[in-house]
Amino acid sequence: MAVVQTRNLTKVFKQGEIGAVNDVNLETREGEFLVFLGPSGSGKTTLLRMIAGLETPTAGEILIGGRVVNDLAPRERRIAMVFQSYALYPHLSVYKNIAFPLKAQKVPKDAHKVKVEWAASLLGIRDLLQRKPRELSGGERQRVALARAIVREPSVFLLDEPLSNLDAKLRASAREELERFHRRINTTTIYVTHDQIEAMAMGDRIVVLHKGYVRQIGAPTEVYDDPADTFVATFLGSPPMNLIPDTDVIVGFRPEHFRVASAVTDTDKIPLKFQVENVEYLGAEWILSGALVGGRFNGKKAVSRLLFGQEFEIGKTYDFAVPERRLKFFDPVTEKKTAARKLAWQ
Amino acid sequence: MAIEPVDDAQSQAEKAPPLAPDISDKVKRPKWGKVKSAGAAQSPLLGAAMFAPAVLYLLAILGGPFILAVIYAFSDIRIGSTEMHWVGLENFRSILQSPSFRTSIENSFIFTFCSQVIVIIGSTILAVALEKKFRGRGIFRFLILLPWVAPISLGAIGWKWILDSLYSVINWVLVAVHLFKPYEAPMWLGEPHLAMASVILVQSWRLLPFATVIMLAGLTAIPKEIPEAAAIDGAGFWRTLFEINIPMMLPIINVAVLFGIIFTFTDMTVVYILTAGGPFDSTQVLPSYAYFTGILGSDLAAGAAVSLFLVPLLVIIAWLMLRTAHRAEVV
Repeated sequence: MAVVQTRNLTKVFKQGEIGAVNDVNLETREGEFLVFLGPSGSGKTTLLRMIAGLETPTAGEILIGGRVVNDLAPRERRIAMVFQSYALYPHLSVYKNIAFPLKAQKVPKDAHKVKVEWAASLLGIRDLLQRKPRELSGGERQRVALARAIVREPSVFLLDEPLSNLDAKLRASAREELERFHRRINTTTIYVTHDQIEAMAMGDRIVVLHKGYVRQIGAPTEVYDDPADTFVATFLGSPPMNLIPDTDVIVGFRPEHFRVASAVTDTDKIPLKFQVENVEYLGAEWILSGALVGGRFNGKKAVSRLLFGQEFEIGKTYDFAVPERRLKFFDPVTEKKTAARKLAWQ
Repeated sequence: MAIEPVDDAQSQAEKAPPLAPDISDKVKRPKWGKVKSAGAAQSPLLGAAMFAPAVLYLLAILGGPFILAVIYAFSDIRIGSTEMHWVGLENFRSILQSPSFRTSIENSFIFTFCSQVIVIIGSTILAVALEKKFRGRGIFRFLILLPWVAPISLGAIGWKWILDSLYSVINWVLVAVHLFKPYEAPMWLGEPHLAMASVILVQSWRLLPFATVIMLAGLTAIPKEIPEAAAIDGAGFWRTLFEINIPMMLPIINVAVLFGIIFTFTDMTVVYILTAGGPFDSTQVLPSYAYFTGILGSDLAAGAAVSLFLVPLLVIIAWLMLRTAHRAEVV
């Protein structure tokens, strides 16, 4: 087991262009499940590939287990990686796929069988050992890729969107399996995804990346409840946080905190008039979108997320409210979080 | 209720215009041009007509000469003679007794086998080298391809001078660096073993670009993550090459080898220009022997019989090629 650290890590692909990864400083904890979350082009995969040794950093340092590994080849870093496409060796059987890292690292041959069977039974693929990758389903391939990764007991696991090739139903169960798997082996894991649900569900901590910069590092509750800037605020959560621009501040509140006034039990609540323009029924919840009416925020768009929405009519205005403690404030220039303040709402 | 989706949907459907105005009855189309999913099946004549040029071409260029060769092989036809008689297997009997013929068969196999081994090893090395990004890769790739695009006879004549007994640049260099004394340098095309080695090397030089292009295509078709996964799994350059890349390229290597065999086994350009089969038939191959016997020796019947010996081998290769192509489709 080991801790991964990056110091001012930067990757510029073409000189003169903006870096794919810029000045990233982070440190995993022992045995942690750390998620890199960001939209496509945010540099999360590049960051992971630099840690794996598949990409050379332009500047900065990578440390694994306290040792600078910048100049080490991937195989010398004691890492394992699962690729988005799984990258199984198509001409080799499942058994030989899993045994390949052992063979490559010159583990004595008589130990192979025990190790491969251990890894295969951990992932429930002992019946598939003689098959070729093309004879496997997506979920089975993913397990083979995981088995190939754990078989040599690496100190760090790197997973690059391993669930994105699975269909929606399988993804949920595979996600849960991955969580159990991590709990059992308890190895430091870095997981790249663009899916906020995966990130929230699996991550011990989340690193939110945007355009190559780290926007926030924190536990799922921290990033969700206390976003560091407007990007994090809108990237996490569906529908995203309501951001209402004012003269010198941006006010934010989550749709689930923007509710019918009578349902808000907090004493310090901000009353707002809300004209409903659209109602969506999503089964477990209702999404109301519309505009604020009256006061200084007249006409500003807002979204509410409710458990019950039957009674709302399109075009009508209702009394809504937000608990004051749920309000977030952002600087309109830097877009960073700023101190809470009193606002004149009317 | 705020939304009444059923009523809404109905009224929407009534109001909605058709997706596109239907003008099919106003547009005139030629009758046979109505393309339905079955296509040409509707008009077998059209299909046959479109297929005919290819069939005629093949019959004229390949079928006709092949049938003629078979007929000639059983006759006593000679260049300039006006009549021909059926002689049965007489031609084959006399060929099989000829030592030159046996040498040519042997040489054909040596020539093909050796040049293919050199080409496959060479093209794999080149493909691996040229796949990496480096400065001037484009120019390098172009230069590698040159021997293939330049006319064969030009290249072969160039080599004839390079290997010439008096003016060879190779010998000039060897003498200049004092490896050989003047007038004792090797006669590249004049000594049996050296002559064979020379034609094999020149043939390899000629086929190398084509094989390299095929290999390069095979190598770039391997998804980038697979060698990357191998690198992370702990494989070095050689293990990745021999256990991952080459096995994954096997189907395409097969194609390169089969093409190479056909190009080499049936070809006489290099042999004809460099050595004309000599010295003492030491570089004589089947096609060149057929040519010297049938055309230059004016014994058309014997030449045809010699060339028929190419057929069994080519049939086997054609069968292997079709099988490889079929397998490639299945995977």
